Amino acid sequence: MQELTCKELVELVTAYFEDALPADERLRFERHVSVCPGCSAYMEQMRQTITLVGELREQDVSPTAEQQLLQAFRGWKRDET
Amino acid sequence: MGRDGDGAPSASATDEARLIASLLRGDEAAFMRLVEQYQAAMVRLAQVYVRDRAVAEEVAQDAWVAVLKSLRQFEGRSSFKTWLFHILVNAARTRSQRERRSVPFSALASDDEGVLGDEPSVAPERFRPADAPYAGGWGALPQLWDALPEASADNRETRERIAAAIERLPASQQSVIRLRDIEGYSADDVCKMLDISEGNQRVLLHRARSRVRQALESYFAED
Repeated sequence: MQELTCKELVELVTAYFEDALPADERLRFERHVSVCPGCSAYMEQMRQTITLVGELREQDVSPTAEQQLLQAFRGWKRDET
Repeated sequence: MGRDGDGAPSASATDEARLIASLLRGDEAAFMRLVEQYQAAMVRLAQVYVRDRAVAEEVAQDAWVAVLKSLRQFEGRSSFKTWLFHILVNAARTRSQRERRSVPFSALASDDEGVLGDEPSVAPERFRPADAPYAGGWGALPQLWDALPEASADNRETRERIAAAIERLPASQQSVIRLRDIEGYSADDVCKMLDISEGNQRVLLHRARSRVRQALESYFAED
């Protein structure tokens, strides 16, 4: 089976992380990364990207929104019964 | 919360049945606990489609009302949170279509743009040309980021760069990366929430992550 190039490998990283590659493709992928410093650094960058994105939680619920939702809930309850 | 995959104990079917029964009984505390758990994520996700925070909050509220109204019809075929986000995304899409005329053209990047087209994950010039030895291999190797102080989530500018890179993504890619990597939902949940196939979910996630990686790489290479 033909070896993967680096250019091809970078397109498969998410599929690899998601465990969505067929067994032979997965093997080819791992064989390439094990001998390629560029691609193993690239994989590491992708892992760090995912970790950094995961830290991006912000924005709390505004108290007005919470109050409005409570009103909406009460309105629904009234109509229900 | 958030990072639970399928079958996490917190989302068990009996818990959900109990939760729905409490809502139907009109239990305000149960409702407010749900709001606390999901509202912030719902507003963030609605903002992918409608941008404006106030409008996104309205969309989230509409979604809650729709959920309450059809609570009796909820059959538990998907989990409650999947159902909730599915309704939210549809409400946000409908709202954004209604408001399109007032949205600047650049923000209109079609919802399909993320899947169609064949944009490479890494600029082609980073690789050796087809006629060179080791064609398709790296030219300059990617660097490890470990030693960089900027490559830490504590760095405010790094967080801003990432947020900006995500905001530039087409809506479909944004929804997927937000749900997967920020909110921590499983691939399966996200497919159901967005009504997309497994394959499309993966392509969208890959495009989105690749673009954010590129943005980080150029940021780290500055100065």
